[in-house]
Amino acid sequence: MEILVCVRRVPDTSENEIQLNSAGNDIERDDLVYSINEPDNYAVEEALQIAAKAGGNVTVVTVGGEDDEEVLRREMAMGANHGVLISDDAFGGSDGRGIATILKAFVQKGHYDLILTGIQAEDGGAQVGGMLAALLDYPFASLVNAITVLDGGKLKVSREIEGGNREMNEIDLPCVLSIQTGINEPRYVGMRGIRQVASVEIPTFGASDLGVDTGTVGEAGAKVKRVDYFVPALGKGAEILQGSQEQIIDKLIELMKAKGGLN
Amino acid sequence: MARIFAYIVHKGGVADDSAAELAAAAKKIDANASPVAVVAGWGSELDSVCESLCTSYGEVWKVANQALAYPNAELIRKALVNILPGGSIVLVPHAHFGIDLSPGLSIKLNSAFVSDVLGIEGVDGTHLKLVRQEFGGQVSAHVNCDTSSGAVLNLRPGAFKPQEVAPLNGVVVDKSAEVGALTAGRRYLETVVAEAGDVDITKHAVLVSVGRGIQEKDNIAIAQELADAMGAAVSCSRPVVDAKWLPKSRQVGSSGQTVKPKVYMACGISGSFQHLAGIKGNPFIIAINKNPKAPFFQVADVGVVADILDFLPELTNKIREAKGASV
Repeated sequence: MEILVCVRRVPDTSENEIQLNSAGNDIERDDLVYSINEPDNYAVEEALQIAAKAGGNVTVVTVGGEDDEEVLRREMAMGANHGVLISDDAFGGSDGRGIATILKAFVQKGHYDLILTGIQAEDGGAQVGGMLAALLDYPFASLVNAITVLDGGKLKVSREIEGGNREMNEIDLPCVLSIQTGINEPRYVGMRGIRQVASVEIPTFGASDLGVDTGTVGEAGAKVKRVDYFVPALGKGAEILQGSQEQIIDKLIELMKAKGGLN
Repeated sequence: MARIFAYIVHKGGVADDSAAELAAAAKKIDANASPVAVVAGWGSELDSVCESLCTSYGEVWKVANQALAYPNAELIRKALVNILPGGSIVLVPHAHFGIDLSPGLSIKLNSAFVSDVLGIEGVDGTHLKLVRQEFGGQVSAHVNCDTSSGAVLNLRPGAFKPQEVAPLNGVVVDKSAEVGALTAGRRYLETVVAEAGDVDITKHAVLVSVGRGIQEKDNIAIAQELADAMGAAVSCSRPVVDAKWLPKSRQVGSSGQTVKPKVYMACGISGSFQHLAGIKGNPFIIAINKNPKAPFFQVADVGVVADILDFLPELTNKIREAKGASV
């Protein structure tokens, strides 16, 4: 089975406090620690596990710039067979549809049975997988938390729905699935693994290589544009307990007693 | 202004709470809007949902098809593409069905798509100024959405407060004949109900809930010791379950359990809306987090800015002392 996983490099929210810059129009991007978007990492692990059982190759692809190569190498160190960077100045400012349009052009240059994305990135978009599927006229399932390969070009997929319940579906290949975190336990990647793929050539494709009409992507094609970032005026908010740790604990115990928190 | 349609999610013959929220959101786009509810399904359950919506929507489009007895997003997308007029604005609740449906629907309608919308701040001709959150709610963003060829907007459940309006006398319009043939490459098999866990967190009055800040599996014991001292149970947020540190049955949130404790102590949990959606009944909320910007501090009653790995053991000791003293 030939599997494509679409990944993205994002600021790591477990490593960074995200703050506004001094102009207030963007987040402060100096000193941010970047990493692979967490759900994408689960998607790559799932692809590797499927390929290990069913045979085939795993390709990781990202739309971005040179800096984004590092996440491709990281996922190749995990075991992905190929990494591909899609990069072009004309792609800057793309909205979700733009990114999906670019990925569609890449998908159509090759042959993939299964395309995976993470459920969402740091912007909470949860959109590119479903858009890509619609552009390709492939079936799609979101929030996938288990995959079984069936005979006859089909998969059984479980979707995470409300209350911890799971919706079971059969889906025809080729298809696009967006992967929920927790579907597996992504393997550890050590420095040694990263070094082993450090010099592997990563092919790069631009708009003309893919035959993408630049009027339909990037800033020019975007119907949805972020204007600015802001921190909303807080409501009442929590009363932040002040003082020494001992004073804070005393106060907290007093409050818990009053509210029925100590039994 | 474009016509506004509200996609109604329903179950067991009852419309989801989001139905009234979508109506309120439509009024924010256009105060004079008379949004149309679109309801897809089959049988008597569909009819009762349509009937119930006639007090809150002036027009209810009923899409009855046996293939839609279970809401398969691919089939419903095909039906909607056949019945919605070009340039429509379609509102959908941002939950598991909307996440399945809307991105692809926007492609097929050739319209804009914005997910997880929290606010509608302004309208400038065919452009909407929308509010979203990024980075797990640490910052918000204004987004400009060009609706000149229509838009699909996924709205965050709970973000738009239903308005008090005089009951309408809506009509049900049967659109079933217009949907065409419905087949899909994905077929629903069954729903597997969550297994009960070792501890039923929905039955506990006091919860010590841990998030990513607990850092590793061995540290769960720190929270358990505190919970034991307090007479509480340990629950958690999604990353703790993803990492397999606690079973799924301990997870609070829209994809986990809905809890109604008296006291909820959130330890090292940032406070995503999916997590907060699982906390009901207005408990006294204590948030402990080393990041003073953690969104949980906005909804908590009391906050402590501290590393839980230092703070919780100290708190446990003090509670034990306090209890020992009172015996």
